[in-house]
Amino acid sequence: MQQSFLFQAMIYLAAAVIMVPVAKKLGLGSVLGYLIAGILIGPACLHLIGQEGNDLLHFAEFGVVMMLFVIGLELEPTVLWKMRKSIAGTGGLQVVITTVVVAGLALLFNISWKQALALGMIISMSSTAIVLQSLNEKGLMKSAAGQSSFAVLLFQDIAVIPMLAIFPLLSALPLTERNNVAHNEPGFVNDLPAWGQTLAVLGSVGLVIVAGRYLLRPLFRIIAKTGMREMFTAFALLLVVGIAQLMTSVGLSPALGTFLAGVVLANSEYRHELESDIDPFKGLLLGLFFIAVGASIDFSLIMAKPWIILGIVLALMLVKAIVLFILGRSFKLSKPQNFIFSLGLSQVGEFAFVLLGFSSQENILSKEMNDMMVAIVAISMALTPLIMLLNEKLILPRLCAGHPETPQREPDVEIQEQPVIIAGYGHFGSTVHRFLNANNIGTTVLDIDSDNVDRVRQMGFQVYYGDASRHDLLEIAGAGKARLIIIAISDEEKRKEMIEIIKKHFPNLQMLVRSSNRYDAYDLMNAGMLHIYRETLDTSLRMGVDALRILGYRAHEATRWAKTFFLQDEKTLKHLSTIRTDEEYFTAVRRNSEELEAVLREDKKLLNFRVDEGWDGRPVNGELPVHDQAANS
Amino acid sequence: MKYCRNLESVTFNDLYEQYPDLHIDVKREKALLLRHDIIILQHPFYWYSGPAIIKQWLDLVLEYNWAYGPQGTALNGKKLLSAISCGAGKEAYSPSGHNHYPVTDFLLPYKQTAFLCRMDWLPPFVVHNTYRIKNESLEKIGKQYAALLQALSRNEFHVSQYPEVDYINELITLDEVR
Repeated sequence: MQQSFLFQAMIYLAAAVIMVPVAKKLGLGSVLGYLIAGILIGPACLHLIGQEGNDLLHFAEFGVVMMLFVIGLELEPTVLWKMRKSIAGTGGLQVVITTVVVAGLALLFNISWKQALALGMIISMSSTAIVLQSLNEKGLMKSAAGQSSFAVLLFQDIAVIPMLAIFPLLSALPLTERNNVAHNEPGFVNDLPAWGQTLAVLGSVGLVIVAGRYLLRPLFRIIAKTGMREMFTAFALLLVVGIAQLMTSVGLSPALGTFLAGVVLANSEYRHELESDIDPFKGLLLGLFFIAVGASIDFSLIMAKPWIILGIVLALMLVKAIVLFILGRSFKLSKPQNFIFSLGLSQVGEFAFVLLGFSSQENILSKEMNDMMVAIVAISMALTPLIMLLNEKLILPRLCAGHPETPQREPDVEIQEQPVIIAGYGHFGSTVHRFLNANNIGTTVLDIDSDNVDRVRQMGFQVYYGDASRHDLLEIAGAGKARLIIIAISDEEKRKEMIEIIKKHFPNLQMLVRSSNRYDAYDLMNAGMLHIYRETLDTSLRMGVDALRILGYRAHEATRWAKTFFLQDEKTLKHLSTIRTDEEYFTAVRRNSEELEAVLREDKKLLNFRVDEGWDGRPVNGELPVHDQAANS
Repeated sequence: MKYCRNLESVTFNDLYEQYPDLHIDVKREKALLLRHDIIILQHPFYWYSGPAIIKQWLDLVLEYNWAYGPQGTALNGKKLLSAISCGAGKEAYSPSGHNHYPVTDFLLPYKQTAFLCRMDWLPPFVVHNTYRIKNESLEKIGKQYAALLQALSRNEFHVSQYPEVDYINELITLDEVR
């Protein structure tokens, strides 16, 4: 089945474009949409693509590499350092315990210990692609479950490296043949002695860090100066591909390498630019990856012994979930969070494909066992979005109802008719809530972090668990009858999503929106928002007022100047939001700051008059004694 | 301001500095009032009256049944003094002058406020010509003001002296100030 490249591309894209929106509409999430698209066009159904599904899988794995780069970009080094405990603790224990338990089970089924160990390691892996994509889509990345999931996945990425090193030792082949196999591996490093290999590994990691710190910024600046957007995109891609290549050649996981580069660049000013450039590639490649997973499910094999395979899949997922649940419990995740965590990570992930490929090379597992495992892994991945959905729709609501600390928790969000809805109960939302509460204004509060919800509930506040960007939840929360909604969630994208949903379903609901900074405020303005509150504006102005006071200015004057500044700034914001090009923007900013100065100058005259403005009836003659206000009052 | 800031037995309460956004702490102000026998409203004479914060202060602090009303005895017997600075000279505040009425007439609301709160109204301390005063004479007026405050706090004037003068300035003339 040799079709032209364009024809294939057309099939993949068409399948994605049709299935993903359908899946989203049905509330299944994009990952499941891609998987279904893959199954449909694969050998099992329409037969539009054939065996190349497996090759495609390897190609599309690059999407995972890009995803880790983007994740790295969003994770500053200090944050990563704070997570070290959960990465090593939760992640490490998960890999070790799952490997041991699965290997033990395999031994019971009379599989040799080498094969059992290999199976254990393969199965301990979870799918970074599916889990992170799904968590992101549901806005759960910042919740406790999201953070723990991420820690485990990160550790697994690291763990792949020693596993790949152990696999040759498990090989059933004699030594000489094994050496031949090893030489099939790409990379010059294998020819080096052991100390050389170690040196190469450390050297390349060091290279990524040092280059990321000192070399890349000037390079980015030069490329940004060319003003050609595609050059920047090309460079960003080159960076990711280059690092991946470097890592592969020294035998490290490319995903880990790009993740590291991402973390190093997380503090740089080009972070958002990089993220937005890589994001579409990442998304498409991941989509392709999911399609490939769908397409590579060998239905003939499954049809041959469906119950055995399905049984194994469910048993393995159950085992993984139990191990994860116990870990989540010992690391103090609350019950709902723990369910998201343990069920979410219960599949076998894409690294298993890598390890399986390696194990067939090394001849550790038999051919049929390998094929069966590929099917099992693919099915477990395909089941994941479904399981997450079931968890969200069936298990969590029931669980929350019976939660011991919150006896009055009926369905998650009770039917409400308060005049105000607050979305997001972080530091921002909670302050607004406390203020309204103190003024006896009824509010319905929604928050997506169930741990946070529990904590706040223990303090005696009515906070409901739920994704405030879902229109059915908003409906229950009383959005149809409420006067206004306060959008105080911290996620910019989620906010914009919410605004669109509210515009569409609740046109009469007034929105008061939090905004992270002026750029975000521009976007919100362009989205038609009238009430926008920049998080830091008032605070920084208060700080400015205090600075003036300490410098010796009168408090009342400083306060008035700040207010004048504030009003002028809000006014210009509106104008600036309509500007698209940098050049125009900078000119406008310059003009505005001149204008602002003039306004402040005018205002100062108001407070600081030094002439008698005619109260005397006599004209004021030229020479005036200059004395300060102290003398005046 | 600087002449009254560090005087013994004088508490200087800078309202605009304390409440730059006019958000007056009524409790604190009442406590301050209770601790003192002489209350001085010191301000520039804006539009024949006090600046906004003085009005806000009067509106909020002088509560019914605290400062006035059947049980409003908190300020009973305290003295109230207006200390003001005017851009124009004294002659502008006369029937033939630009402002037609004497300063003391414009201060009538403050005087009545004192009566209503059962306080004793003192003749005001007035500085005229603030835009024309040279620094040396200003210094002298400052010292005069300080001396007056000291004398008031030591109760050195007799009640009968007050009706005899327009401005309290006349009780310690500039010549008496070193």
